Amino acid sequence: MMHTADLLKVFAQHRGDAIVISGRGGRHWIEISDTTLDIPLGDPAMGGHSGFGLGLALAQPGKRVILFDSEGDILMSMGQLATIAEQAPANFYHFILDNEVYATTGGQPVPNAKHVDYAMIARGAGYPRAFNFADLDAFSAALPGILQAPGPVFVALKVWPEVENTPIGQRVRWRKRGADKVVRDLRGALRVG
Amino acid sequence: MADAGALSPETVMRQMKQNGVTDVVWLPDSETNWLFLLMRADPDLRLVGVTREGHACSIAAGLFAGGRKPMMLIQNTGMMESGDSIRGWLMGLKVPIVLMVGYRGYTRHGVNSDTAATYTERFLMAFGIPFYLVENDGDADRIAIAFKEAEALQGPVVVLVGDEYHGFNR
Repeated sequence: MMHTADLLKVFAQHRGDAIVISGRGGRHWIEISDTTLDIPLGDPAMGGHSGFGLGLALAQPGKRVILFDSEGDILMSMGQLATIAEQAPANFYHFILDNEVYATTGGQPVPNAKHVDYAMIARGAGYPRAFNFADLDAFSAALPGILQAPGPVFVALKVWPEVENTPIGQRVRWRKRGADKVVRDLRGALRVG
Repeated sequence: MADAGALSPETVMRQMKQNGVTDVVWLPDSETNWLFLLMRADPDLRLVGVTREGHACSIAAGLFAGGRKPMMLIQNTGMMESGDSIRGWLMGLKVPIVLMVGYRGYTRHGVNSDTAATYTERFLMAFGIPFYLVENDGDADRIAIAFKEAEALQGPVVVLVGDEYHGFNR
């Protein structure tokens, strides 16, 4: 198991000029980077981050698009993997943070939490490359090679859960921009809007 | 080719091109295969097939964020199943987009035996999403109006394709 904050610090060293959809790693990534190419959307509707990443990667083939998704999102939208594999954007790097629970609702386990091999599922859906990592040193060693090769690639990362159980209305808001402003800022940076 | 009283796929395709659609995110329904063949033959149009209609919302949002002009093509059954994705990914991110929605069960007479039709307009009214009904080629200008309204509202606008009784697919 890894700590999400630690693996994001490792990733940041190799990010380059990629667009980063911070997804389930958002509250940690915003401490590292919050530029117009960082896309902290929160959770517009669960299960959709992979679709958003696909759409953005297809629209911007000259930019690497990095997504930090989750196992709960994948389980909710497994069919997206087939769509991504069919479109096969070479600039799309799909990481998932697998903490085995629904962390923002109190830490209830996802179905069959300890026995689902998400990399195998991605490979079966048609991703040409897929990896599993549970150790930070192994992830750190492999990451440069993963990012240098073309996508789409799927990388499943076992992370410690960071469970929240306070009522949603009482939680500290970590995002500094609303999701719609994040999208507008990105379009401005890309000079498409 | 459809008869003069029907909505022809060529008309829909023409409207898509005139309104600058670059990508169609879609899931097949019983009425759109002929349109699919037309779209597939167009090298300037990218088709993104999904396995569940709600997935189309976040894909479309990502395409818009990256500068494309997507359209969604789904059936009313899938639209209703996609409620939270429409709310979060299209309305929440203020994505100007037209959803062409096959109006399964629509009979034109207000009497139907298909609850997919019964709840379609009620669903749209509950979400506050503007919608236009097109039944034949004479209604084609409503598609252009929908595109303009989506831009003005910065949100989704639905075109209900109510041509099942004609057989849009033929």
